[in-house]
Amino acid sequence: MLKTRIIPCLDVDHGRVVKGINFVDLVDAGNPVEQARFYGSEGADELTFLDITASHEERDILYDVVSHTAEVCFMPLTVGGGVRGTADIRKLLLAGADKVAINTAAVDNPDFVREAAAKFGSQCIVVAVDAKFVKEGHWEIFTHGGRNPTGIEAITWARRMAEYGAGEILLTSMDRDGTKQGFDLALTRAVADAVPVPVIASGGVGILDHLSEGVTEGHASAVLAASIFHFGIFSIAQAKAHMQSQGVAVRLEKT
Amino acid sequence: MTIVLIDYGSGNLRSATKAFEHAVVETGMTSHVEVTENAAALSNASHIVLPGVGTFGDCRAGLDALPGMAEALESEVTVKGKPFLGICVGMHLMAERGLEHGIHDGLSWIPGEVRALEPDNKTLKIPHMGWNQLDVVRPHPVLDGIGPGTHFYFVHGYEIVCAEQKHILTTSDYGGAVASMVARDNLLGTQFHPEKSQDAGLRLIANFLRWQP
Repeated sequence: MLKTRIIPCLDVDHGRVVKGINFVDLVDAGNPVEQARFYGSEGADELTFLDITASHEERDILYDVVSHTAEVCFMPLTVGGGVRGTADIRKLLLAGADKVAINTAAVDNPDFVREAAAKFGSQCIVVAVDAKFVKEGHWEIFTHGGRNPTGIEAITWARRMAEYGAGEILLTSMDRDGTKQGFDLALTRAVADAVPVPVIASGGVGILDHLSEGVTEGHASAVLAASIFHFGIFSIAQAKAHMQSQGVAVRLEKT
Repeated sequence: MTIVLIDYGSGNLRSATKAFEHAVVETGMTSHVEVTENAAALSNASHIVLPGVGTFGDCRAGLDALPGMAEALESEVTVKGKPFLGICVGMHLMAERGLEHGIHDGLSWIPGEVRALEPDNKTLKIPHMGWNQLDVVRPHPVLDGIGPGTHFYFVHGYEIVCAEQKHILTTSDYGGAVASMVARDNLLGTQFHPEKSQDAGLRLIANFLRWQP
């Protein structure tokens, strides 16, 4: 059977791994290539790089990081941040990314997602949705690394992106990101139940129960976390063992 | 010996190249890995690999856009019998036709067609994305040392439906049995991505390189 994926996320700024608290207050946590290799050996199911400042800063260094990572890691790699056009996607895929995550550019021009999916295939187009709670059953999406409100409602948006060819939705709760209070489960479930494609839950993991809740209560197909793994609070193996104990089937063999 | 990966404009060949280079070292062979869009390169190849991401029609068009490539494949793979591995859409192209965004001709090496995944359980997500296991239908040298329950990485919304059961090597469960490996003579196809499947994938690639069909 298909297993729930555990995805460590490396927030990358100028080629270094950082993790923000509510997207500010960055703390340097290392070299992305070394971390990627480590997570690969730990049995992570995929890896995600988010170039968090890329929407507005120079980013060529990221291609080097991706290409060095692809040399040592034989696991799926998603790269997001600052993806503006099909030329960016092509460069990332050629550097060794398997999927690209699109956020701001999708909001600016939703047809870009349609075009990208037609050109590269839905399997490599992830739409990243950063959502903030407004009122019960209603979340608003943000762009530019959580800086700009859009007035767009998250569930409708996710459904539209799946229709346009997104192969996956990476859903981050702005309210929970960096708080260690757990995923926004209502948001996760609302989006996961609304779209036919897999949803990755992100934002807020502080303890291992949060990971399993993302699946059992949030209906996510995969769970993403950063700090708990980077700072060695929990290992991938501990996370997987815990999920298994909560009835969530995971890939347990180490590689 | 030269392992040739055909570059027909379909996505990322870097990780596939690196994975094959890694597996070559593991086998102790002295082969080198060549990525090419040149049909003539196939004549010197010991092994031929057709990777593939994207859609069936685009991949077929990409292959046809390389002068002489379809003919070279036919002569090196079906006439000379060189070991061939098709990965994901590369495997789909081995079928007679693909029903993804229109009807497109395949290479017709494996009788059958490529159709949209339709799992019995309608709550299952499409694409089928992530790590799934193989149920071995019949033994094969490329499965040496790959125990029951080993996981491989899948990402696909279409599946190959073989006309003849004997061509199915393994299946994987996703709301029903999906053909995850097909084989015939010197031909092998994997629905999953061995180049993305960590140690299990590298092992499978090494087995493919050692295989003498």
